[in-house]
Amino acid sequence: MLQQLNLEKVSKFREVGLLGFIIILVLVIQLLNPAFLTIGNLRDLLTNTAILSILALGMMLVLITRGIDLSIGATLALSGMITALTVSSVPGLNPILAILLGIVVGCFCGVMLGLLVSKIGILPIIASLGLMNVFRGLTFWTSGGEWVSAYQMPDSFKNIATSSILGINTLVFIAILTFLFFYYFVNTTITGRQIYAVGSNPDSASVSGINQTKILMLVYTMMGGLSGLAGVLWVSKYASAQGDTASGYELTVIAACILGGVSIAGGVGKVTGVLLGALLLGVLSNGLPLINVSPFWQMGIEGAIIMVAVLFNTNIREFIERNNRLRREI
Amino acid sequence: MVTRTIENSQPFSWKRLFLQWEWMLVLLIIAIFMMNSSISPYFLNYTSVTDATMTFLDKAFIVFPMVMIMLMREIDISVGSTVALSSVVMATAYNAGLPMILALVLCLVVGALCGFLNGFLLVKYRELSAVIVTLSTMILYRGIAYMILEDQSAGDFPTWFSFFGWGYIGTIPFILILFIALAILFVLIQQKTVFGRQIYAIGSNPTAARFAGVKVDRIKLIVFTLAGVMAAITAIFLTARMGSTRPNVANMYELDVIAMVALGGISTAGGKGRMLGAILAVFVIGYLQYGLGLINIPAQALLVIIGLLLIISVTITNLRVKKRK
Repeated sequence: MLQQLNLEKVSKFREVGLLGFIIILVLVIQLLNPAFLTIGNLRDLLTNTAILSILALGMMLVLITRGIDLSIGATLALSGMITALTVSSVPGLNPILAILLGIVVGCFCGVMLGLLVSKIGILPIIASLGLMNVFRGLTFWTSGGEWVSAYQMPDSFKNIATSSILGINTLVFIAILTFLFFYYFVNTTITGRQIYAVGSNPDSASVSGINQTKILMLVYTMMGGLSGLAGVLWVSKYASAQGDTASGYELTVIAACILGGVSIAGGVGKVTGVLLGALLLGVLSNGLPLINVSPFWQMGIEGAIIMVAVLFNTNIREFIERNNRLRREI
Repeated sequence: MVTRTIENSQPFSWKRLFLQWEWMLVLLIIAIFMMNSSISPYFLNYTSVTDATMTFLDKAFIVFPMVMIMLMREIDISVGSTVALSSVVMATAYNAGLPMILALVLCLVVGALCGFLNGFLLVKYRELSAVIVTLSTMILYRGIAYMILEDQSAGDFPTWFSFFGWGYIGTIPFILILFIALAILFVLIQQKTVFGRQIYAIGSNPTAARFAGVKVDRIKLIVFTLAGVMAAITAIFLTARMGSTRPNVANMYELDVIAMVALGGISTAGGKGRMLGAILAVFVIGYLQYGLGLINIPAQALLVIIGLLLIISVTITNLRVKKRK
C-alpha cells in the first residue's frame, strides 16, 4: 500500500516533470525561431505525433507484458504498401475500406508474432527481429522494389491525411480516439487489468486463472492492427509507399514509451505518460531542424535522451525501494 | 553445469554422437555446397570457395562473444552500431592525421569502451535487462557515428590496410586464418576452462551461480567488453574490404549474428548449446547467402530467408529443450 502510494506519486511527478520539460523545450525553440509556434507548424507537429502516439500506445501494452516488438516498422511498411497497391489499382475504393484493409494486414502480422511468442515461447526480441526481416522482405517483394507514388494514388485516399473531422485533422482525430479507447481499455476493463497482471507477475497471474496465451495473442494482435492503421495513415500522409518506409521507426516508438515511464521489465506504464513521451519526441523532431540542428544529430540526441530516461527510471525505483525498506525498519 | 556432468557420465554411444545438432549443421553445409555447385559450375574450386568465405567472415567474429552472452540468457543488439562507431572513429582519426597503427588501436579501444558501457550498465543496475540497455546504446552509438560523419564517407586508407580485407598468407585468406585461430581458442575457453563452465552455470541458474560463488558481474562485464572488441575487429576487416566507411555500415549485423548463434543450437533460455555449433552455423548462413547471391536472388529475398531461418532454428531448439524436460 505504501509502495503503491509512492509509485502513484512518482508517476505523477514524472508526468508533471515531462510536461514541464516539454514546455521549456517549446519555449527555448520558440525563442530561437519564432516560426515554431505558428498554426501551420503546430498542425504539422500534431499530425506527425499522431502516428507516433498511435503506435506507442500499442507498444505500451506489449512492453507491459514484458515483451517487445521490433517488427512494427516493417508491419507498417507492409500494410501501407499493400493498401497503396490496392488503391492504385482500384481507385474507387472507399477510404474507410482502405484503412480496414491495412488494419487486417497488420493484425495478420501481429497474429504471427503472437503465435511465436505465446505458443512456441520464443523470446519476443528474437521472434520480432526475425519477423521484421520477413515483413520487410515481403514489402519489397509485393511491390517488386518499386515505389507507389502520389500520382498513382486516388485523391480520396490522399485526403485521409488532409481532411478533417469536426474541425480536427483526421490523423489527430484517429489518434485521440485511440487514446480514449486505450484509456478506457487499460484502466477499466477486466482484460486491460489482466494485461498488467501478466506483466507484473506472470506466475501468479496464471495461478489466479488468467489465460496468458490469450492475453499475449491479444496484445501482439492489437499492436499489429495499430501498425497496420499507422501504415495506411503514413502512406496517405506522405503520399508515397516505399520498401523502406518507417525503417527503424520501432526504436522511436519504444523510446516514446520509455520516456513516458513504461518499464521494459513489465507491469508498469500509463497511457498519459506514453502520450507525453510521444509528444516530447514529436517536439524534438519538429523543433530541432528549426533551430538549425543538423538532422544527422537527431539520432544521437534521441539516444542520449533515452539513456537518461532509462537510468532515471531505474534510480527512482531504487530510491523508492530503499525508502520503503527504511520505513519498515522503524 | 549439473546437466552437463550427467551428460558426460552417460555411456558413449555412436547413435547419440550422430544425433547431435552439429552433425545436422555439417549435413546442411554439404547440402548447400551441392546446391551452390549445381547453380554454378565455377563454385566448387579452391579460389572461389575461399573468396566466398572472405565475404561473410567479418561479422562472424562477433559470433564468439554472442554465444557466451546468449548462454547467459542475455542479448546484445548494439553490436552492429558498435561496428559502425568504431569504424567511423578509426577512419576519421586517420584522416585527421593519426598514424594508421594508432587508428587501429583506437578502433579496438572504442569497441571495448562500447562493450564495457553495456556490461557496466547491466551490472550496475541489475533490474535493467540487456534488451533495454543494448537497445538504447544501439541508438546512441549509431547516433554518435552520424554526429561524427553526417552524410560523408571517410577512407583513403594506406594501401597495406587493404591486406585485412583481401590479404592472403600463402594461399589461405588472412581473415580465415585469424577466424580459425580464434575459433579454436573460443571453443577451448567455452568447453574446457572454468570461465566457460561458469558461463554455463550462470545460464542454467543465475541465482544459484551467484550463491555458488561465481563472480557473475565480473564475467558479464568481461563478456560484454569482449563483444565490443570483436565488433571492432569486424569493423577493421569490413572497412578494409570496402575501402571506406559511412555511419550506416553494418546495419542489421546483429540480426545475422543472432541468427547464426540461434541456428548453432544455442538455446535462448540459457545454458544450452555449444560454441562449435555456432561456428558451423556461420558457414551455413554464409555459404547460403553467397549461393543465393549467385542465382541473383534479390537482397530483399535474402532478408526473408535469414529471418525465417532465425525463427525456425529458435523454434526447433525450443521444442528440443521442451521435449528433454
